[in-house]
Amino acid sequence: MTLRVLFFARLKEQLHTDKLELDVGDAILSVSELRKRLLVMFDNHEALQVTRTLVAVNQQMANEETQVTAGDEVAFFPPVTGG
Amino acid sequence: MTTDSAPRILVTESDFSVGNEHQRLIENNPQQGAVVCFTGLVREMAGDVSLTALHLEHYPGMTERCLLDIAQTAQQRFGLDRTTIIHRVGTLALNAQIVFVGVTSAHRQAAFDGANFIMDYLKTQAPFWKKEIHTQGHSWVDAKETDNLAARRWNQSE
Repeated sequence: MTLRVLFFARLKEQLHTDKLELDVGDAILSVSELRKRLLVMFDNHEALQVTRTLVAVNQQMANEETQVTAGDEVAFFPPVTGG
Repeated sequence: MTTDSAPRILVTESDFSVGNEHQRLIENNPQQGAVVCFTGLVREMAGDVSLTALHLEHYPGMTERCLLDIAQTAQQRFGLDRTTIIHRVGTLALNAQIVFVGVTSAHRQAAFDGANFIMDYLKTQAPFWKKEIHTQGHSWVDAKETDNLAARRWNQSE
C-alpha cells in the first residue's frame, strides 16, 4: 500500500531524486504528517520545509491539512515560474 | 459550450507558428470581431551573467489540467469564444518563442482582458519552472512577487 511522491525543479535537484514510493499501509495522513516522514528520510533537508514548497495532491493544489492515502500522487515543488 | 470553443491546450517541445494559430482562431468564425494574440520570448535578462538558454520543466498532466482550467475560467468570465494556450518545455535558445495565448471575442476589450488574465494566472498557477543556462552554469529562476500582485488584481476589480 504505497503512495507516490514526486519532486520537481530545484527541489528535485536538492534531494537528488524525482520520485519515490512510500509505504503507508492503510493509514490516512495529512500532508503535514507526510512531510514529517519525508523530513526524516531526507535528514531534515531545508528544501522540504513548508515555507519553501507548494504541494499538489492528485494534480490539484493542496495544503498541509489535505489528507492523503495509498494510491495518491503527492507532488512537492517550488513556486512556479512559467510564462 | 460548443465543441468549437473547447480550449486548445498544448504543452510541447516543438515550436509553433503564430500565423497558423491566428488562422485557426479566426477561420469560419464570423460572430467574433476581435482576436488578441500574445507571444512570450526568451530574453537576455539583465545582470552580470549572459544568458545562453532557458530550460523549462513542467509537471506532465497537472500542467495541461491547470491550463485548461485557466482557459475555461477566462472564457466564462470574459465571454471569450475560442481560446488557445501553447507553452513550450525543454531547452529554449535566446529569442525562442516560449508561450502563446490567443483568444477571440465579439469586441476587443474582452479579448485584451481575457488574454491578460490568462497570462497572469498561467505565470502564478501553472506548474512550470524556468532554469537559466548561462556561460558560468545554471540557476533556477525565483518566483516574483510582482507576478503574484498582477494575478491578484483580477480579484480586486470586482
